[in-house]
Parts: sequence; C-alpha cells; structure tokens
Amino acid sequence: MVVIGGGVVGGAIALGLARSGASVAILDEGDDAFRASRGNFALVWVQSKGFGMPEYAIWSRRSADDWNGLAGILKAESGIDVAHSQPGGFMLCLSDDELQTRVDGMRRLHNQETMTNFTYEVLDHAETKRRLPAIGKDVVGALYSPHDGHVNSLKLFRALREACVRRGVAYRPNSAVETIEPREGGFSIRGAWGEIRTGRVVLCAGLGNARLAPMVGLDAPVKPSKGQVIVTEKTEPFLHNPMVTVRQTDEGGVMIGDSQEDRGFDTIVRQPILSVMAERAVRMFPRLAGLNVVRTWSALRVMSPDGFPIYDQSLSHPGAFVVTCHSGVTLAANHVLTLAPAILAGTLPDAVASFSARRFHVPAHA
Amino acid sequence: MFRPMRERAASATLAFSFDGQPLTGRAGDTVAAALLANGIVACRETPVSGSPRAPYCLMGVCFECLVVIDGVGNRQGCLVPLAEGMRIETQHGRRQFGEDAA
Repeated sequence: MVVIGGGVVGGAIALGLARSGASVAILDEGDDAFRASRGNFALVWVQSKGFGMPEYAIWSRRSADDWNGLAGILKAESGIDVAHSQPGGFMLCLSDDELQTRVDGMRRLHNQETMTNFTYEVLDHAETKRRLPAIGKDVVGALYSPHDGHVNSLKLFRALREACVRRGVAYRPNSAVETIEPREGGFSIRGAWGEIRTGRVVLCAGLGNARLAPMVGLDAPVKPSKGQVIVTEKTEPFLHNPMVTVRQTDEGGVMIGDSQEDRGFDTIVRQPILSVMAERAVRMFPRLAGLNVVRTWSALRVMSPDGFPIYDQSLSHPGAFVVTCHSGVTLAANHVLTLAPAILAGTLPDAVASFSARRFHVPAHA
Repeated sequence: MFRPMRERAASATLAFSFDGQPLTGRAGDTVAAALLANGIVACRETPVSGSPRAPYCLMGVCFECLVVIDGVGNRQGCLVPLAEGMRIETQHGRRQFGEDAA
C-alpha cells in the first residue's frame, strides 16, 4: 500500500497499516513542504470540540483515551518517549464576557444528544488559583476538562517515522506526487522521481489532498489556517497542565499559541498577532514576562469547511482513501489503532461515517 | 583552536573574566568570539541532558552560546559585544526564575 504524505497523519496511518501486517511505502515531499507536523502546538485536546458534530467530540475523546496506549507502543517500537501526559486542560479567561461566552459554548456543545460522560468544570478565580498557583490576577476563571493532555509533538513526529522504518515501511522523501491514475484495478502514482504502482493508496498529504483527491474520485476541500507560535527559553517546571493557548513542554520551554488567520499559504511571522498572544499569556502567567523568547514560527492548519476531519473511501475507485484533519496529534491514537486497520480491511468503521466529504454536498434547505 | 584571521591594528584590549578566571579579548569581538579565542569551548550545560556545549552558529540562531553575563542568565554570547570588566560565567542548565527577571 502507498501512503502519500509523511507527516504525523501519514506516519500514524503508515504505522497502523504496518502493524496490521501491510507492506507500506510512504511518498513524502522534502524539507520545503508546508508541514503542520513541524509547527503544531502539541495538544491532545477534547474540551470544546464537536459543536455541530457530536461524533467529532466522541472521536476526539476516544483518541485521548487511547493515547496512553499509543505512547507505550511508540516507546516500545521506536525507543522514543514522546512525553505524553493527560493531566487535564484549562481554558483560562481574562474577562467575565470571555468566561460567559466559553460557558455558553460548552452548554450548547453538551446539550447535543450523545454527549454524555464528558466531564468539565467551570472554575472561578480562587479555584483556578488553587489548582494553578502561577496564574495572574487578571484570570477571572477557567473551564477545566480532565480529558485534555499534551505531548512533545516533535518527538511524536520522529517516533512515528522511526517506528515505521523499524516495521519495514519504505520511507521515500523528495517524492512529491504529481498524478494518481486509476489503472487495472489499482493506481499508478507519478512524480518527477518516477512511478510506483499500488493496489491501494491513502491520501495523507495535508493541504495537498485538495489537489490529489479528485484524481481518484475523492473530495478534500481543505484550506490553510495559519497559526503562529512563540516558544521561550527553557525554564523550571511550573505548569504541569496544558492551557489551550499556553503550555510548558517536557523540556522546560513555554509555548504560546493558538492564533488563527485565514491568509492563504502565507507563513510569515508577524508582530501584531504575536504581541497579542504574548500579552495575553503574560496576563495569564505574569512570570512569563521575565523569560526570553527564543523562537517564533507559523504553520498552516489543514482546515476543512466545517473544521472536522475528512475520512473517505472512493466510491468510483475503491482502494483509494483520504485521511485529513487539523488535529493530527490528538487523533494520532485513532489513526494508528482504529482507522489504519480498518483501511487495511477495506471498510471504514461506522464511528467515522459522519466524516465523509459527502456532507459538503448536501443541498442547503431553507 | 581558534585565532583571528587578521590582527586588528588599532583594536583595544579588554579585560574580562570567565568563571572568575581573568582573561583579555579584543574590542569589537563578541563574548562568544572572545571565549573561543581564549580556548574556552564549553560555555554552558544543557537543561535537557546536562551535556557541555560550545558557541556554534555565531549568528544568533542556535542558542548554543548561552552564558551568564554580569549576573544575567541565558544571554546569547554571540550577540553581545565584549565590554571592559565583563563578568562572564558558565550557564549551568536553565536560567532560574526570579534571579534576574527583567
């Protein structure tokens, strides 16, 4: 089988396929690729996800629950500890309006049927301070969910690659795909590097899926959503839990992130957004003001029209699959443990039936 | 290990110290260059593994040249011009919070 794309999503699918006994090749671009896997914020996040599609909340929760198992598998198969923990996550709010908006959002989310067993708490300043002593006076309260966690996503990226290679997956860098042609019940995949023939192909090419999917009768109308990230110098551990916009890595650096901009394929880091992110982070944790920033960067999320993943098998060309999402870290456990074995078996599971791109083609009614 | 490619005719000599040891360097050099010119290659120990590190990229990108300068931790030696009387010290692991928070 061929997996197109060697990021966290492609790596997870390839590992899952190889663990299920498939012979797998990954066709990847080079270092000049837009690669969300290099730039993401590394949350394994559940709270607040799934408004408008409770199946996404359930799918995210399932992956968060399976992440401990995935971390163990990665350690055993790659020798790399990806520093996964699930201590629960906070959304800190800096005004009463912000807190009320968040609380209303969570109520609407949890009013959806089937959203049972999702725990969250609304905390005032005093209770937030009790749990996170480092917060500043401007934090009026927080939402807390015990399901949230985080990892070291660069180590995850590397561990997936290493585990794939140890499982015999053929990793082929600098192999950008130009065309996929259905041929004799299989597929001919071509690029400047040559041609490869395969019976089955999985598109995990991130933003590239938009161009590749129609070649095999699939649809992946994904667009870039720019996120900028700041990381500080490494400092003593003071923040065990991830916030949605601030987290301390296992190695001590503090990441500040979660900006979202619709700017096409622009990945230039810009001061105005970074300033707002930094200012909010310092109000959340005043001690950050004394830290040096060592790097800033931006990366492009892979965003579908409704923000939810797209998982499909081609109706016109069975054997061609697409797997695309903006939460490749959160969903990595599902991709390795659930989705890849189903792709190998030839049928996507019921749990992901809602994620077909056919949802974008339902005629809008008045 | 390192020597200047050419002597600067008019450059002044500056006195500084590294971990208490008195040294001299040339005006116009950075802290990292002055350390290298004095044969000092280990300027810090990493916070992650504790292994010793030396100035590397010399252009502000790699953060290998971190040192304590006049009591302020985690300064990039390659971006700071050497000054008379500077007290430079090994950066042992991460900078401690509060010791010099600006």
